[in-house]
Amino acid sequence: MILEHKMSQTVFVAGVGVISGIGNNTAKCLSALENSRAGIDKIRYLDTVHKDTFPVAEVKLSNDELAALSDFAPGISRTAMLSLIAAREALHSAKIENFSSWRTGFISANTVGGMDKTEDFFTQFMANPKAGRLRNVVNHECGKITELVADQLGIKNYVSTISTACSSSANAIMYGARLIKNNILDVVIAGGTDALTRFTLNGFNTLMILDSEYCQPFDANRRGLNLGEGAGYVTLVSERVAASLKTSPYCALSGYCNANDAYHQTASSPDGTGSYMAMQGALKMSSLNPGDIGYINLHGTGTQNNDNSEGTAIKRLFEPHYPKMSSTKSFTGHTLGASAGIEAVFSALSVQQGLIYPNLRFKTRIEDLPFAPETSFTRQPELKHVLSNSFGFGGNCSSLIFSKLQD
Amino acid sequence: MYIRATGNISPQKTFGNAPFPGEVVAYEGNRLTCITPDYKELIDPKLIRRMSRVIKMGVASAMACLKEAGVTPPDAIITGTAYGCLEDTGIFLSKMIERGEELLTPTSFIQSTHNTIGAQVALLLHCHEYNNTFVNGGSSFECSLLDAQMLLQEGEAKNVLVGGIDEITDISHGILSRFGLYKQGSVSNLDLYNTPSKGTIAGEGSAFFLLTNEASENALAKLDAITTFYKPGSFGEVEQQISSFLSAQNISVDDIDLIITGKNGDAKNDEVYQYLGKTLFNKNTAINYKHLCGEYPTSSAFALWYAAHIIKTNMIPGKAQVAPLKKVLIYNHYQNTYHSLMLLSAC
Repeated sequence: MILEHKMSQTVFVAGVGVISGIGNNTAKCLSALENSRAGIDKIRYLDTVHKDTFPVAEVKLSNDELAALSDFAPGISRTAMLSLIAAREALHSAKIENFSSWRTGFISANTVGGMDKTEDFFTQFMANPKAGRLRNVVNHECGKITELVADQLGIKNYVSTISTACSSSANAIMYGARLIKNNILDVVIAGGTDALTRFTLNGFNTLMILDSEYCQPFDANRRGLNLGEGAGYVTLVSERVAASLKTSPYCALSGYCNANDAYHQTASSPDGTGSYMAMQGALKMSSLNPGDIGYINLHGTGTQNNDNSEGTAIKRLFEPHYPKMSSTKSFTGHTLGASAGIEAVFSALSVQQGLIYPNLRFKTRIEDLPFAPETSFTRQPELKHVLSNSFGFGGNCSSLIFSKLQD
Repeated sequence: MYIRATGNISPQKTFGNAPFPGEVVAYEGNRLTCITPDYKELIDPKLIRRMSRVIKMGVASAMACLKEAGVTPPDAIITGTAYGCLEDTGIFLSKMIERGEELLTPTSFIQSTHNTIGAQVALLLHCHEYNNTFVNGGSSFECSLLDAQMLLQEGEAKNVLVGGIDEITDISHGILSRFGLYKQGSVSNLDLYNTPSKGTIAGEGSAFFLLTNEASENALAKLDAITTFYKPGSFGEVEQQISSFLSAQNISVDDIDLIITGKNGDAKNDEVYQYLGKTLFNKNTAINYKHLCGEYPTSSAFALWYAAHIIKTNMIPGKAQVAPLKKVLIYNHYQNTYHSLMLLSAC
């Protein structure tokens, strides 16, 4: 197995796992992507006054059903259950023999920890500071969610949690890859998780960026984003671990970059400074030119601001030859701290199998942008490099590049 | 890597040009609160008004650290915080429940995200470089240090700003007290280790460091190595982890001039330190730090600040003057989940 371009040390994607509004595992999500089946619908599981106002992409399982699927005892945060289901799939799909003999890590991102349970606690606590079940607030911290899952997976060598808003799990994947390159770990399950909560739904509502219809990323008439929930992880391995595998890894993680827009706490700059730097930095690391990228999995939230900013950055970097691109948030909604993990899985599968996903409901090109996203699912066997973008509050911008392996 | 400068807001007089070691500020009760400076000298007053207490503490200590180092902007900004911005989280959550999810305003939601402090520092400095936030409970700060160490090794950065920040709010203190974390009845931080009972005292703080691979005349200390280990099964395993950490640095426990331990006054919590005092560390001089800052998940940032200043001034608070300090080891654990070791040496 030879990587197509030269690199001093390669980190491989040996396994993937995902749960989202379009499916409870990788195969189901892929089937939904192939068949243009969005997971966005009326709110069914989240208990909120906005349930008839804002469509979201919920994982189509109740908390009890998720407990049964994950093997967690009922009553634990939905965020932890989603995480365990996807992380376990990522671990199993890597088929690493003698897993316990390697130095392993679990790097998971999320934005609000066990907030779903904290909300239940808080209602009673506000009425009486001695009331509210402590077991509902014991896992409030972001890091507790990671610990719960790491303990179930039996991962002990290194456990960490990152929270940089909507770019969180891209930074978890970067950190995981760097722990391997720095010879600290051999195997890292990296990605992120977030369940829908009233806290985030109401928070995004105050920013007036939620779409009351199905979102239309990169459309001139886009109105905002739909929230989603889920978890996505990749199993990253070193060259030594990759050499021990019986099957070929999915792809290589050939480039990544973290930059900051430093423009506004919640808004992106008009010229997309941070996103431009993140994409450019990732290309530089992988020794690629913009023309080498065959597909961009866009951050593409569907807000006026993001799509303008990201689009402008893409125009500046790729003009005049634009890769194919789409926002799979048109399927999964914006899953916040999980989004870059879920989209890393989609990107790894894209480059491995030559798949281009559609950008659902796209109708009208944005006037200032000389390109449009893909509208149908296609196969492109010559696809070699896929770029995945994730940008968040606080100006956090991260891009990842996944590259095909030659047999 | 070298610690070129620090900025520390804590329940002690640690900020600005305060002398080291200063007189210990005494607290009655189980909650230590940060002594905050006049922010107007460090942050634009227009911005201060919108910032919550922890954001002000974080931003001010970060800016002071950079000012002392003479570095603007740094090549990377990395923060570690277990709880994030609790005050804003509490405000948004309370209003959401009170108002039945209607008529809410965005400010507290926006500022509740865990990366707010790192983001605000980047915004103030127009710093477009690497920016990351770790939220991994009792090892959040240590993860940030490891990230910084890797960035320096990779050649991706020359000057890295790293901070550990956590706050106590009335709500968080109320809830954490119900878990039985804090001592009940009359308690003073000055007697923290003399009253072996259940519970500790709550603390908070924001300590930032400017780290670089280049030695310089005014560097405080060299941070030789850092490691963490997760949920060790026994005291013996802790002892073994410490021994292998020291072996990896080609030193033995006899080479350590001072050990700073994370004793917090909780009888159960402190058993491991007592065990080590009788075994591995039985010949070493050891001091504690949590009577100064209280217990919180990123208190190891305070410990690192303390160690760096002990090395720089060659003074061990509360101890007679000794031969020049060459190596200092910090060993701390948070609720027996995350254990960490930091080895420093004199420049």
